[in-house]
Amino acid sequence: MVKFPNSLDIPSKHMQPTPYYDSAQLVPHALQELKEAFKYRYLLFQLVRRDLLTRYKRSFLGVAWTMLNPLGTMIILSVVFSRIFGQTATYPAFVLTGLMAWNFFFQATNQAMSSLVWGGGLLQRIYIPRSSFGLSAIGSGLVNLALSFVPLVLVMLVVGAPMRTTILFLPVSTFFLACFALGVGLGLSTLAVYFPDVAEMYAVLLTAWMYLTPIIYPENIIPANYQWLIHINPMYYLVKLWRLPLYDGKWPAWGDIWPAAAIGIVTLLVGWFIFTSKSDEFAYRV
Amino acid sequence: MAPDQFISSQDVVHLENVCVRYRVPTDRIGTFKEYLIRTMKRQIQMRTFWAVNDISLNVRQGEVFGLIGDNGAGKSTLLKVVARVLRPTKGRVVVRGRVAPLLEMGAGFHMELTGKENIFLNGALLGYSRGQMQEKYQQIVDFSELEQFIEAPIRTYSTGMYARLGFSVATAHEPDILIVDEILGVGDESFQQKCAERISQFRQNGTSILLVSHSMDSIQSMCQRAAWLDHGKLMAIGEPAEVIQAYREKGH
Repeated sequence: MVKFPNSLDIPSKHMQPTPYYDSAQLVPHALQELKEAFKYRYLLFQLVRRDLLTRYKRSFLGVAWTMLNPLGTMIILSVVFSRIFGQTATYPAFVLTGLMAWNFFFQATNQAMSSLVWGGGLLQRIYIPRSSFGLSAIGSGLVNLALSFVPLVLVMLVVGAPMRTTILFLPVSTFFLACFALGVGLGLSTLAVYFPDVAEMYAVLLTAWMYLTPIIYPENIIPANYQWLIHINPMYYLVKLWRLPLYDGKWPAWGDIWPAAAIGIVTLLVGWFIFTSKSDEFAYRV
Repeated sequence: MAPDQFISSQDVVHLENVCVRYRVPTDRIGTFKEYLIRTMKRQIQMRTFWAVNDISLNVRQGEVFGLIGDNGAGKSTLLKVVARVLRPTKGRVVVRGRVAPLLEMGAGFHMELTGKENIFLNGALLGYSRGQMQEKYQQIVDFSELEQFIEAPIRTYSTGMYARLGFSVATAHEPDILIVDEILGVGDESFQQKCAERISQFRQNGTSILLVSHSMDSIQSMCQRAAWLDHGKLMAIGEPAEVIQAYREKGH
């Protein structure tokens, strides 16, 4: 292969080094994409900003919807289920903390998929790192998650659930949850590029998945012979790691941390590799 | 061609045996279920089609390079390969310098956002940093002549205003390589004049231009070199007059 001088004699017009692109560079796609996504980090910021601005711009209550939405679900669930599941007065806080984690996962994965399919027209027109959509979906999800702490604090005060210093562990829980959501989101969006009905199938799956995860009910109501159903569910470990410091006020033990960490990291790696190995074809397909 | 021809440091774009293959399923398979069933029955047939077939060419620094050919000849596909939108199926592409594609100006504009918000969003899509956009913001607004509308959502803009904003952002930073698909018809005549001036300013400063046009006159008058593509193959390359001659002799 012909050697190409990387630094060139052409005077650069910019203060930065001249960009250099070689399609034959022997960098693995997964690594290349990581580099590009970092280079385009301002785009990430702009995409998150666009998502948030456009969601709230034309609605009267604006940003309040992010807080009212889980609050509404929580109230309904509390009214309906507190007799059955919640012998404790703090059941609303229990439901709300679970819903926050679940909604984050739900929104981020769905948005990663839909923004690649619907916003994919862009990929046919200009070059941007293909993972930008998935990453920005996680970014928007995290902002919304942060906003939903406002109603949570209110509810915890009202029902008398204490906030403890264990909440300091929450960034770690969130990180693994975000890794898992990104991995799933990237894998799904790869599928959705080829098969549009994946989005519908996923919507059905999500509903079933939510009821199989101890979100609105405590895990101990599941009979012992069905406990395995919970233990093969990756979201169980992530929601647990999220709820322990937030709702239970306990520092997670090592046995709670490592399954969630492994699930998050492995899913992200697998999703990233699947996505980047196929992403060169997206411009032909979406 | 001897490989030595490629090594010249004068080249900003270097295409080496570039092939782009589109794979299209013979009938569209819309659903995952259908896909599974057909895979099991081994019924998926892909029609492959080479949009660009074994093209090698170089664009030198500072030159205006024209591409001609019928519709579907692969010109736009080739531009997309240079702009990194498509990765070549085979072959190698080397691009040195910043590419500004004037292919889809205003790609990614969001109707609900204001002109100002869109400038920053579009700039980010083109790969600029926050600092670079802040530095050029005022200049973009001035050039587009949209100062008084800049805080309004762009769904209120006319087509001309939309295009003006797109052009202003796309050309705010002087590129090393400018990719132009068809001569621009942006806005009214005076704005078109401004666009033409800006592009010729770039040229004087050493920007290379890769131009696709169906107008033989503009290819002849603007380009130093030209290439003729037909069904994805390179038919002729060289002096614009000669390439156009060859193209016309084939009955076009």
